[in-house]
Amino acid sequence: MESILSVRNLSTWFFLEEGVLKAVNDVSFELAPNEVLGIVGETGSGKSITVRSVMRLIHHPGKIVSGEMIYRGRGREEDIAKMSDDELTHIRGKELSMIFQDPLTSLNPLYTIGDQLIETIMQHQDVDRTGAWRLAVEALDKVQIPEPEKRMNSYPFEFSGGMKQRVVIAIALSCNPKILIADEPTTALDVTIQAQVLDLMKQLQTEMKTGTLFITHDLGVISAMADRVMVMYGGRQMELASAEDVFHKPTHPYTHMLLRSIPRVDIKQDSLESIPGQPPRMIDVPDVCPFAPRCPRRLDKCSKELPKLDEFEPNHYVRCFNPVEPGGDLYV
Amino acid sequence: MGLVKYIARRLIILIPELWIITIIVFTLIQLSPGTFLDQYRLDPSISRETLQAMEKQLGLDKPAVVQYFYWLGKLVRFDFGYSFYYRRPVIDLIGERLLGTFVLSLYSFVISWIVGVVLGIVSALKKYTATDKILTVIAFSGLALPGFFLALVLLYMAARTGWFPIGGLYSPETAKMDVWSAFKDIFWRLQLPAFTLTFGSFAGLMRYQRGSLLDVMNEDYVEFARAKGMPERVVIYRHALRNAINPLITIFGASLADLLSGAVITETIFSWPGLGRLTYQALLQKDYYVVMASTVISTVLLVIGNLIGDILLAAVDPRIRYE
Ligand SMILES: Nc1ncnc2c1ncn2[C@@H]1O[C@H](COP(=O)(O)OP(=O)(O)OP(=O)(O)O)[C@@H](O)[C@H]1O
Ligand code: SF4
Ligand SMILES: [Mg+2]
Repeated sequence: MESILSVRNLSTWFFLEEGVLKAVNDVSFELAPNEVLGIVGETGSGKSITVRSVMRLIHHPGKIVSGEMIYRGRGREEDIAKMSDDELTHIRGKELSMIFQDPLTSLNPLYTIGDQLIETIMQHQDVDRTGAWRLAVEALDKVQIPEPEKRMNSYPFEFSGGMKQRVVIAIALSCNPKILIADEPTTALDVTIQAQVLDLMKQLQTEMKTGTLFITHDLGVISAMADRVMVMYGGRQMELASAEDVFHKPTHPYTHMLLRSIPRVDIKQDSLESIPGQPPRMIDVPDVCPFAPRCPRRLDKCSKELPKLDEFEPNHYVRCFNPVEPGGDLYV
Repeated sequence: MGLVKYIARRLIILIPELWIITIIVFTLIQLSPGTFLDQYRLDPSISRETLQAMEKQLGLDKPAVVQYFYWLGKLVRFDFGYSFYYRRPVIDLIGERLLGTFVLSLYSFVISWIVGVVLGIVSALKKYTATDKILTVIAFSGLALPGFFLALVLLYMAARTGWFPIGGLYSPETAKMDVWSAFKDIFWRLQLPAFTLTFGSFAGLMRYQRGSLLDVMNEDYVEFARAKGMPERVVIYRHALRNAINPLITIFGASLADLLSGAVITETIFSWPGLGRLTYQALLQKDYYVVMASTVISTVLLVIGNLIGDILLAAVDPRIRYE
């Protein structure tokens, strides 16, 4: 099936006083309708900036320096990177929606839940206030907020964290977007609430067939949510493959180490290993493998050249000079 | 809703607050060396007997505690006592000066708030641009330049150029003018002291408004509003600005209290017949009851100002309203 979103050679850099910080560097991926693409990687690897670039929510001193982001949700190819501010207000919230990490701060404290929902609905749909009110109540009902009619007049501070995140999801999905971007949507919640919200998201995603970009630190969450997985490091994609392959046939040394650093129930693990070393400072970095300083499989050329993102197997992409053969050992 | 109850409670608390503050101020006046009569003691033409008679007449021969309660007893009947120096009821003196202070303070208050808030918003929205940088320089000179210095410079320039009248609210001719000319004359005379006051206070407000708006612009809900597809105009005015105004409302309430006492130096330099100058002179002369009356008025204003701030805040912020 044709992708709903094709991101090609996206680079987003921050022009800081200390130098150029290449937060996202030459990233390309496809998102099929009804597919969940998980994005994982250590902190600072560029996950958020990648998806914020897709929403065009990059502010000074950041800039999308190159790349195209083709959106196909409206029966033609449109490049989000080239849209005017005015065009953007018509696709944000309507065609693509985004959920942020912290539900506690995503809602405006001074307006009721109802106002914030209705505002969004009236921005994108041709309804009057009464119609918008009805749609808003439906949206709250869909995310399983009890007594939605009554809750419309509540303010955010009257809700718990989990409830707030449900409201945020309701707002994001209120106009039936074709793409949903979720940046660590449950990290800020209690573990039990996390599971409930994830279940809800999975159920709504299946029901509404929303193509989803799902960011998380938590590989356990990825294995439950994602169809495909993109592993990022130092602003670049390291591996991009089906969730199945990433979990069972990881080829990139970084993916290997990432998998070993988290507790898993689905495979036998000898012991947990943390990845030695620090994620790189990404200011004015040369075009070499960003993982080289921490990589146990490093070759000489790794710190001289940048490996290309190769199709290692069909639909399994890896950026590495010395990938791990399926079933092979990480350490050489 | 308990708003009336809340206001009533705050006003009742005002009574013990006032009481304590008057005790403190009275004690401080007593502790500072000298009395009102000292200036007469130095004058050889005034005899001992006269001095003693004055002391008795003014009640200064009694112990301080008695003096205090005597004053307090009158205060509860809204009698502020007599000024030693002017030999007139304090209430009349204050009444006369109130207008002068009020005209000056209110005028510069309104201007500094409008200018401060508007320029603060402009400065925040134009962050990193030349406009922001120029406004920042102006704001910092406003903050750094001492009011008395600015006042003296203005006074000097006015005297040199003759463009602005100097010396007080009225001129000897004011009384002879018709209403409209008198109004114009007073308005003209208002400009220099008002400019001094405004320049000192708009700068702080502007920096505060700028900081507050920049903080709010970084909040997730502002970015979420953009992510929902709200146009930038709506994002700024409906989502960011409303939140950025809240911290200023508190300052607004607190600064209402300065309306009557915040202009001492400016009033003194420009010989403006205001309350601040009256109080300052009274303090130097140990004219107790004038000082005490001023203290009471300032305290009441402070509490009422804060109360107005709180009520306004409750009106715009549901988190406070529902507490
Ligand atoms: N506004 C900004 N100004 C300067 N640098 C920024 C800004 N936002 C992000 N960066 C930098 O861009 C890089 C990528 O950040 P990003 O937020 O995408 O990381 P992330 O993978 O989402 O990490 P996390 O898991 O911590 O959310 C980081 O090095 C970060 O410091
Ligand atoms: S390219 Fe070299 S350094 Fe980079 S991950 Fe592969 S083996 Fe390690
Ligand atoms: Mg992030």
